[in-house]
Amino acid sequence: MKIGLLIRLAVFLVLVALLIQPDLFQGFFALFARPTQPAIYNQGNLLDITISHLTIVAIAIALSTVVAVGLAILVTRPFGAEFLPVSRTIANVGQTFPPVAVLALAVPILGFGTAPTLIALFLYGLLPIFENTLTGLTTLPPNVIEAARGVGMTGRQRLMRVELPLALPVILAGIRLSTVIALATATIGSTVAARTLGEVIIAGLQSGNTAFVLQGGLIVGILAVLIYDALAGLERWLTARTGQKQAAAN
Amino acid sequence: MSLAASADIEKKPWHRLDKLGVLVAIIGLAGLALPFALFRANRIVPGEGIGIVGSLDDGWSILLIAAIGAALATALVRFRPIVKLAAGFLALAVLAFAIGAAASHLTPADNNYARVAPGAGFWLLLLAFSLMVTDALTRLRLRPVWRVALLAIVLGAIGLILWSGLWSNLSLLKEYASRAPAFWQEARTHLVLAFGSVTIATLAGIPLGILCYRVKPLRAAVLNTLNIVQTIPSIALFGLLIAPLAWVAANIPGASNIGISGIGIAPALIALFAYSLLPIVSNTVVGLLGVNGQVVDAARGMGMTDRQRLLNIELPLALPVILTGIRIVLVQNIGLATIAALIGGGGFGVFVFQGIGQTAMDLVLLGAVPTVGLAFAAAVILDAIVEQISIKGRGA
Repeated sequence: MKIGLLIRLAVFLVLVALLIQPDLFQGFFALFARPTQPAIYNQGNLLDITISHLTIVAIAIALSTVVAVGLAILVTRPFGAEFLPVSRTIANVGQTFPPVAVLALAVPILGFGTAPTLIALFLYGLLPIFENTLTGLTTLPPNVIEAARGVGMTGRQRLMRVELPLALPVILAGIRLSTVIALATATIGSTVAARTLGEVIIAGLQSGNTAFVLQGGLIVGILAVLIYDALAGLERWLTARTGQKQAAAN
Repeated sequence: MSLAASADIEKKPWHRLDKLGVLVAIIGLAGLALPFALFRANRIVPGEGIGIVGSLDDGWSILLIAAIGAALATALVRFRPIVKLAAGFLALAVLAFAIGAAASHLTPADNNYARVAPGAGFWLLLLAFSLMVTDALTRLRLRPVWRVALLAIVLGAIGLILWSGLWSNLSLLKEYASRAPAFWQEARTHLVLAFGSVTIATLAGIPLGILCYRVKPLRAAVLNTLNIVQTIPSIALFGLLIAPLAWVAANIPGASNIGISGIGIAPALIALFAYSLLPIVSNTVVGLLGVNGQVVDAARGMGMTDRQRLLNIELPLALPVILTGIRIVLVQNIGLATIAALIGGGGFGVFVFQGIGQTAMDLVLLGAVPTVGLAFAAAVILDAIVEQISIKGRGA
């Protein structure tokens, strides 16, 4: 456990160094470029592009979370119960839509730039979060809900104090899945002129410069692994916390 | 309290109202209000929206509005799912005919440049009735065989419409007509990429999964490595394989003869294979771990060898979970294969990226629609197979 943490810290520091002082890695990346080619991406600042990439992903996932959790709460209340079966099917069917298609179809409506990428990431992020929230809210132990009802909690109180806190780890697992998918999918956004790390990769593909492809790919990959691990850690902590509370209540 | 509520249903008329139907009706009415078709003087310029009344002859447009109105009214009332299903499918068929007729009506004679595409109104109506059909199908809980049969009927109907030429004046099919040979070429490539990579991944992934199940120390290492592969963005993985494969093609005799080269289908196939391994390996492990220990003990007690237990007991019992993994991967790879076009690997992505480059929406659709259709059909068929096997497994 400790060693794992140290490795992650080291990887994070390497990533920061690569973003702030890319020239330090000149020698390494030069191995992958032809002698006449630049080894470090020279058409923009790597740090700026990474921040833009992360911002787009963060906004999209925040929106997906609000909408998906809201919808999942709605269809699990008595008022929206009629929508539950069909919303499950839609979530299933929605996942068959490839992200590239969603992105491409958003362009004619929204034009080139960040907007279509944001929409595509938002739509694609909805489904895992929605499905997980649904699972979390529909598989709660019935005796806990009964107990909450028994102590006289209203529907809203049950939702806010019992159901959502208990479902939180599962919801977070959905957010983690969506975030990792969005981090990788955002690179495709560069084909429609969004400012993401895909820019670096595509510049490499177009000029046959493997060093650029490697740089873009490495940064996205490391970001994804670190964010994945951080969110997984948060989930474990939350599960342990709710578990402890349950044990204390027993 | 709940008893009283259910008794009320019969008395109060608004309890006959279908809540999902309200949503369907709202989307449908918005669809009626927005332009039904888009007319453009050529394939690049922005279009001009035309309502239902302008898109068809007066008599037909009144008939169409009446049919849509009737279907939306059916959606609003709590009928049996089968009634809703029939009404929804009927409305979809009417829409399919109407958009073809509208394209023929709006295209001036002898004009090859004009383009007629479905407008926002058409898409919303399509969404409304698809929602109605989906809800009815979910409630009917059809058996797997019937779901596949229904899919075959719908695909057959679409094929029949395409063959009859009813849609020939739609912009999407005009794009197709001007590049039909390329379309089928890319379709073949797309299928080779998606199905080929999944086949290789299945052949490699199931044994690897069995190995990980048997040798516990290996499990975490293999699954973590495959997890990291998944985080590499697809365009980067495609790109990173170009250089090593170019080296192999140039330096290993015979490699280029069997089709290995830096760009093209080989790096795309390998990248898709790499993405497919994790779900297949991890589902094989999970499936095998989920096999009831008592069953395995009983098999051991009967004197079955390790190999017999694996082949006759454990793998058959784990099959639904393994197949679920293959389903996830197949649907995912049908979508991901579009990205192969960026490195010259071909597939439907060629049209998508060409379309983005030319800002030609119809060209994007020519690539996107078959991809989505293929992924959808694969999902329905594999879901049905998984469910059928699970039912059989439980019955035995």
